[in-house]
Amino acid sequence: MVASTVKKLLRAGDWLATPLNAARYLETINPLWSDHGRGRVERLIQETPDTVTLVIRANGAWAGGEAGQYVQLGLDIDGVRYWRCYSLASPVQPGSREFSVTVNRLDGGRVSTYINDCLRAGDLVHLKATAGDFVLPAQRDDQKLLFISAGSGVTPVMGMLRQLIAERSGADVVMLHFSPDYAHCIFHDELRASNSEQRRIHLAVTREDARDGDLAGHFSADMLEQVCPDWRSRQAYVCGPSSLMSAVSELFLGAGLSSQLKQEAFVLKRAEVPEGAGGKVGFVVAGKQVDADGKTSLLEVAEGAGLTPEHGCRMGICCGCLATLKEGQVRDLNTGEVFGESGEKVRICVCAAAGDVSLEL
Amino acid sequence: MNAAVETHAVKLKPVSKAGKLPVNMTDEQLQAFGQEIEAIRERIMNSLGEKDARYIRRMIKTQRWMEIGGRGLLFAGILPPAWLAGTAMLGVAKILENMEIGHNVIHGQWDWMRDPDIHSSTWDWDNVCPADHWKHSHNHMHHKWTNVVGMDRDVGYGILRMSEKQEWEPYYLGQPIYNFLLATFFEWGVALHDLEAEKIRHGEKSYKDAVPFLKEVWTKVRKQVTKDYILFPAMAGPFFLPVLTGNAVANIIRNYWAYAIIFCGHFPEGTEDFDMDVVENEDKAHWYLRQMLGSANIEGGKLMHIMSGNLSHQIEHHLFPDMPSNRYAEAAREVRAICRKYGLPYNSNSLRKQFTSSMKKVLRLSLPNRRKDGDTVTA
Ligand code: FES
Repeated sequence: MVASTVKKLLRAGDWLATPLNAARYLETINPLWSDHGRGRVERLIQETPDTVTLVIRANGAWAGGEAGQYVQLGLDIDGVRYWRCYSLASPVQPGSREFSVTVNRLDGGRVSTYINDCLRAGDLVHLKATAGDFVLPAQRDDQKLLFISAGSGVTPVMGMLRQLIAERSGADVVMLHFSPDYAHCIFHDELRASNSEQRRIHLAVTREDARDGDLAGHFSADMLEQVCPDWRSRQAYVCGPSSLMSAVSELFLGAGLSSQLKQEAFVLKRAEVPEGAGGKVGFVVAGKQVDADGKTSLLEVAEGAGLTPEHGCRMGICCGCLATLKEGQVRDLNTGEVFGESGEKVRICVCAAAGDVSLEL
Repeated sequence: MNAAVETHAVKLKPVSKAGKLPVNMTDEQLQAFGQEIEAIRERIMNSLGEKDARYIRRMIKTQRWMEIGGRGLLFAGILPPAWLAGTAMLGVAKILENMEIGHNVIHGQWDWMRDPDIHSSTWDWDNVCPADHWKHSHNHMHHKWTNVVGMDRDVGYGILRMSEKQEWEPYYLGQPIYNFLLATFFEWGVALHDLEAEKIRHGEKSYKDAVPFLKEVWTKVRKQVTKDYILFPAMAGPFFLPVLTGNAVANIIRNYWAYAIIFCGHFPEGTEDFDMDVVENEDKAHWYLRQMLGSANIEGGKLMHIMSGNLSHQIEHHLFPDMPSNRYAEAAREVRAICRKYGLPYNSNSLRKQFTSSMKKVLRLSLPNRRKDGDTVTA
């Protein structure tokens, strides 16, 4: 009710705010009073030496999501906005719209490093709608579930586990989680404490001696048989590095049970681009793909492929040729700089492909 | 930096083919000059960061509060001091919005922040000219073909005769009056810029051809007019009139100021205009030089720079149209030094001098060219 009244008022206010909309002025008063998804960092929790949990309270413009899905988190770092996907590590609290994400520092990862080192309680983050089907089944009280995770792949699984606990679900859970050692075991204490008759949580370490009946070593079919003999009859979830993902999916494939396994990869690999190399250029709207070298502007490439993208000056000054980058990176032909984030608008008249790219053209 | 050099090697066409500009410079010197200008651009663009982002965000915030404040005061506009203060505040807010914020955001100066709300692809400004039209007529036609008579429609806006190279006709006798009207209704002039009024005047274009364009303008005009001349006055109830007049005067204040700054940018004595053949096969260094010769700066303090949207650094703006405006002052110091080094003119003067000089040109060119021996305007 309130929300719809507010929306109506805002729409009327848009006439007063034209050519902007009323939200731009409300933001001036409070950045959370926006029509864009935004949130404030309420608390930070240091989970391990290189992992931190952000407890975020979202504004009303953010659509919310389910534990296990990923949310796109936008941060302004040195003046530039970067977007990254992080799994919801907790259900979204209905009243407060509070949720958490847990961020593991990646080597050379600009955003994860910033989050671990620089982000403070009270800071603002940008939020986009969640996505992903790595979520609990809708009917789950009488279900049997199996979670397999490793490293920071535990975060979406933790989200689901917390949700089951919060709603006192009757679902029967077996969880198998791998970490290199105890010091780097994210959510270690909470996982131990959540272990129960109904939710049996097995920890495994790969680079340290196992304690208190924990397991040692990497994932194997035998290990799974040992902790969960009835795995074939469970809805399974796996999230972790690619070695774990492929080991588990092969096992399920071999057993003819692929449809029972949900997978979530969390490591994005960005191909190294050799100096000056081009790549395949995909035009997603036109549905075309062509090869391009590293020095022909994407505008010329597009025109060569028979597209007629809008443009003006063809020299990088009018912004008449901006196109949205879907994937990959581009090279600025004036500076040689390689850059690009998915969703970024680039001047195709002065940018060439740096590796494979796709554009919304 | 390798890549940059490589780009030049690939992209640049032989310089000798482009028309000579009115300076004493060898091709080698021209290329060296171009490299030095490019180096400034690279250094500054690579150093953009948090501080710059904070600058534009704070500017936008200040502007919005001023606008809210000005409009608020006008509701009490029945009291003369409130009317005066409110109108002035709204006028200044509109100036900031159009110039330091709007014009520069639409240029893509802040696109590097990747904030969709401060981005050239989404921004529209608080005047009657749709941002998309502006991107074409200004960012493309004017900035690429600066002062090229016959290509850059900002040379007189199709209304005035601002270059000796434009042929005189009796119509221009009325120039002082057109000029006054253009200044007063500047935002409308800007909105109708792409109408190509002179072509209609010469019968090269019919009114019918202009209909789709006018429809687009109308979409924007309708909203702007509703806001300033209907909704806000109506909200003041019995004080309808003070709000209405306050808004109108604020718009006109903005018009005069924007007009003055823009005329000081390209029309003071000493700024060059060019024939079309000068730009054929033009390379980047040649383009840089032409931009510089065709632009003029206004000297002044920080407030002057901000209020002019940093178009007081018109030369730097024309060299680096997508460089964040808060960095022009820094670039200007270096550009000036480079000009001195190469013996190039660097046209910079007080607002009064530049404005007087531009107005003299308006008057002078309303009459046919006077024959002067040895007066070579172009080379
Ligand atoms: S066409 Fe003008 S910036 Fe690309």
